[in-house]
Amino acid sequence: MGAALTRSAQWTAAGYGSGTLERTPLNEEILKEIIVFVEHFIYKYPHEAKFVFVEPLEWNTDLEPSAFESGYIVSETTVKSEEVDKNGQPLLLLSVPQIKVRSFGQLGHVLFIAKDTKLKEAQACIEGNRDPVVKILGPDFGEMKEDSMALHILNKISTGDDPENEIKMKIAILLKQLDLHLLNHSLKYISLQKNLTKDSQEEKHGGKVEKSRTSISHGKVQLRKSVDKIEETISESSSESEEDEEQPDHRQEANADLPSEYWQIQKLVKYLKGGNQTATVIALCSMKDFNLAQETCQLAIRDVGGLEVLINLLDTDEVKCKIGSLKILKEISHNPQIRRNIVDLGGLPIMVNILDSPYKSLKCLAAETIANVAKFKRARRAVRQHGGITKLVALLDCAQNATEPAQSSLYETRDVEVARCGALALWSCSKSYSNKEAIRKAGGIPLLARLLKTSHENMLIPVVGTLQECASEENYRAAIKAERIIENLVKNLNSENEQLQEHCAMAIYQCAEDEETRDLVRLHGGLKPLASLLNNTKNKELLAAVTGAIWKCSISKENVIKFREYKAIETLVGLLTDQPEEVLVNVVGALGECCQEHENRVIVRRCGGIQPLVNLLVGINQALLVNVTKAVGACAVEPENMAIIDRLDGVRLLWSLLKNPHPDVKASAAWALCPCIENAKDAGEMVRSFVGGLELVVNLLKSDNKEVLASVCAAITNIAKDQENLAVITDHGVVPLLSKLANTNNDNLRRHLAEAVSRCCMWGRNRVAFGEHRAVAPLVRYLKSNDTNVHRATAQALYQLSEDADNCITMHENGAVKLLLDMVGSPDQELQEAAAGCISNIRRLALATEKARYT
Amino acid sequence: MNRKKLQKLTDNLTKNCKHFNKFEVNCLIKVFYNLVGDVPERSVAVVGLDRNAFRNILHVTFGMTDDMIMDRVFRGFDKDNDGCVNVSEWINGLSVFLRGSLEEKMKYCFEVFDLNGDGFISKEEMFHMLKNSLLKQPSEEDPDEGIKDLVEITLKKMDHDHDGKLSFADYEKAVREETLLLEAFGPCLPDPKSQMEFENQVFNDPTDFNDM
Repeated sequence: MGAALTRSAQWTAAGYGSGTLERTPLNEEILKEIIVFVEHFIYKYPHEAKFVFVEPLEWNTDLEPSAFESGYIVSETTVKSEEVDKNGQPLLLLSVPQIKVRSFGQLGHVLFIAKDTKLKEAQACIEGNRDPVVKILGPDFGEMKEDSMALHILNKISTGDDPENEIKMKIAILLKQLDLHLLNHSLKYISLQKNLTKDSQEEKHGGKVEKSRTSISHGKVQLRKSVDKIEETISESSSESEEDEEQPDHRQEANADLPSEYWQIQKLVKYLKGGNQTATVIALCSMKDFNLAQETCQLAIRDVGGLEVLINLLDTDEVKCKIGSLKILKEISHNPQIRRNIVDLGGLPIMVNILDSPYKSLKCLAAETIANVAKFKRARRAVRQHGGITKLVALLDCAQNATEPAQSSLYETRDVEVARCGALALWSCSKSYSNKEAIRKAGGIPLLARLLKTSHENMLIPVVGTLQECASEENYRAAIKAERIIENLVKNLNSENEQLQEHCAMAIYQCAEDEETRDLVRLHGGLKPLASLLNNTKNKELLAAVTGAIWKCSISKENVIKFREYKAIETLVGLLTDQPEEVLVNVVGALGECCQEHENRVIVRRCGGIQPLVNLLVGINQALLVNVTKAVGACAVEPENMAIIDRLDGVRLLWSLLKNPHPDVKASAAWALCPCIENAKDAGEMVRSFVGGLELVVNLLKSDNKEVLASVCAAITNIAKDQENLAVITDHGVVPLLSKLANTNNDNLRRHLAEAVSRCCMWGRNRVAFGEHRAVAPLVRYLKSNDTNVHRATAQALYQLSEDADNCITMHENGAVKLLLDMVGSPDQELQEAAAGCISNIRRLALATEKARYT
Repeated sequence: MNRKKLQKLTDNLTKNCKHFNKFEVNCLIKVFYNLVGDVPERSVAVVGLDRNAFRNILHVTFGMTDDMIMDRVFRGFDKDNDGCVNVSEWINGLSVFLRGSLEEKMKYCFEVFDLNGDGFISKEEMFHMLKNSLLKQPSEEDPDEGIKDLVEITLKKMDHDHDGKLSFADYEKAVREETLLLEAFGPCLPDPKSQMEFENQVFNDPTDFNDM
């Protein structure tokens, strides 16, 4: 206890000497713990309690000799204990006011006699004996330091088999444990105090501290998750997201300074192993009282072999033991390492089996524990492979029986509880693709849909959470639409609970990929709550989910009209600055969709949205860049907007994004350049001013990404409108590169490629060059496509190419005339004209040839 | 026993019984007389289950094994302390035993555990009840050390007023916090499985109930 007394106890300023303990709450706590230790000593260690101290502990007592009764020889001013050492000296000697005590047994008696003045006596004792350990065990034990402890003990044991030494060692260890306990206790006490004062201070400022704190820490995980989610959808890969990577175990080192909890837990585990049901339940209940949220305790249980025992208990027939064991496993499985250990020890199949138990409380606990354990891939797979998904889905069905004439109202609520726990476990499991499928196949969706109609928030959160996870799958989105889930998701957007709102918005975000769903959200009145949730900018996870839902919903024009009505566009522009990236991605995405409309482009400009958008072009977040380029491109359709973009050097920024390593960004930047070039004032001059810019664009035609190619073709079409620039790109070899691409089946690429070809024909001998590079025959085949856009672009290109005689021959040989004749009948006027023009060129050549032959 | 008398007895006992309906009381009465055996009319001897017969039921039907606890359960049923569970004690006892509310069960269990009936569960009583709860390890010098420690653990958990013994208030508080502690010192209530079997059998075919 030396360390605790010197380090933690608060001595008066007098310094180390004959100082007195200050009367502080901490000191009082320490003294109380010491009293408890001494009082229990006789009972716990009867043998050691008789051990005679090397030197007596002395202090001045307030106790009257008359207070001592049987077992003592009492006179008016003195008291001697009948208990004596081997030399016949009494173990307790009181001559008013000084008292000398020489065993723990007698110390315990003194405290017993002192009753209400216990604390005072203990304080006097500690003050009077500043190094109690030395007095009790002798000087060689006083110097014992933590690290040398084990060595010291070994030494002592090996040097002699003196039984007294053995007792000494035992007492030394006990005192050492007490010391550690005191240190821990005072630390806990100090931190508790700190929290209390902090909380009360913050409470004064009117904040619900505790609540916001937990939501923040919880939010971090959520936030990270949503980033994953967004990236996942963008890259269209449905790979499983791992929440916690499997990390190497770090077991506590054997000789590390172990906290007192460690030994206590070790003892309890011993009783778990060697006890009958009664002893086991007591040990479990006692173990539950440890702070199981603390890693020290979690790892202590594991390191002393407790996990094996707890899991074994689940395999017995004793319901009470199972309940007790699960109550502990449920808590400690919040620790990622423990989760893995539980899986390694085969805990999951046993818990999955318990889901079939007739006892509802057992089912609940098992499901809740599974919910904690199934946070990583291997665990989720294990749950599925042991049939857990089906059983968990079955738990969801419980709530239906709530209306049956139950024995007591107690059972009713528990049915709902069972369903809630089932949903909680499914939520964890639903992060794996195969589990999503398994939930669907087990008939989970209608059950989730039914639970979604309840009004219990703690039920709704896991239910919506599961749906939101699963909505990444096409199958689910269809089912969600069919089960009329959207309606309830919209309803819960109006909940008071932000977590619930967040998951609902997230689910809508996922589902609104589908057009019909977007309409449903509008028809059920979901757009207004979404728009008003934009004003809650404090909760970033919620904001990310809400902006995500708005983004996807705004893909439908009718929805955009509604959003404009609700002034959502102005609010979105306001969110372009000072927001985390996961919010920005969605906000910009939404603006990109809204700006497909003229009115909204004007609103964005008037609200000062162009500048922050252009500023975002310098970011590095790929998802964000894709959306920003799209939004800037959409804005640039408006000449007035374009003037601002130009002034802010936005085109240069877009151009440099063509060098971005990610093809999606490249393509999106190239698309955005098209309206910019189209609407810029001195577009030709502007484009030429980017040193190396044209070469860069032409070289992008070597890409193997279809979207990049199509977008670059579109950009080239616009660039080529300027003769000077067309000359430059011709020098950079645009003709052979375009020709090389001609053999494609991708209609989007075909269209833009044909347009580019048609533009590039306007320079020099490019028409001839296209023919030489065999671009003509593939172009003729484009006419067989089903896409009118392709037809029009191709007819125009062929018309341009047909100015060259050799090309006409190639076209004729490839059957262009018949195809073009069909096009002449098209209702599309441009197509008509181009087709007719081309035919006329071919015809004229034929006539000229004929004429030449006869003359 | 004639039908009229049975009818009257059933009505009487049903009136005072909280958790059984008339039909169930009737079944349980039948079981009782089935177990006791037919008693001649106007017999002066006390009619009922003596300690051994009752313990036999606890053991065979409800799977109890601890002699001391079974004795205490018998005491719990035998309200008038005449060494015999009569029909009224049988019905009222089973009412708590099988269907009691948490409050009733707490009261019942506390009485079972308070061996000397002084209103407290003392350390000695705990020690007594827990003494066979741990596997004896031959290596230990003091074979009772584990038990003593277990007693301390229980006290630490349940003795809220720190007076070294459990009052009903201590016990009640602890059980309300953690229901598992209801039977903290040994099983004295039927386990759910045997309870279900018993009820199924008794309320479906009481005349067929046989404790062996």
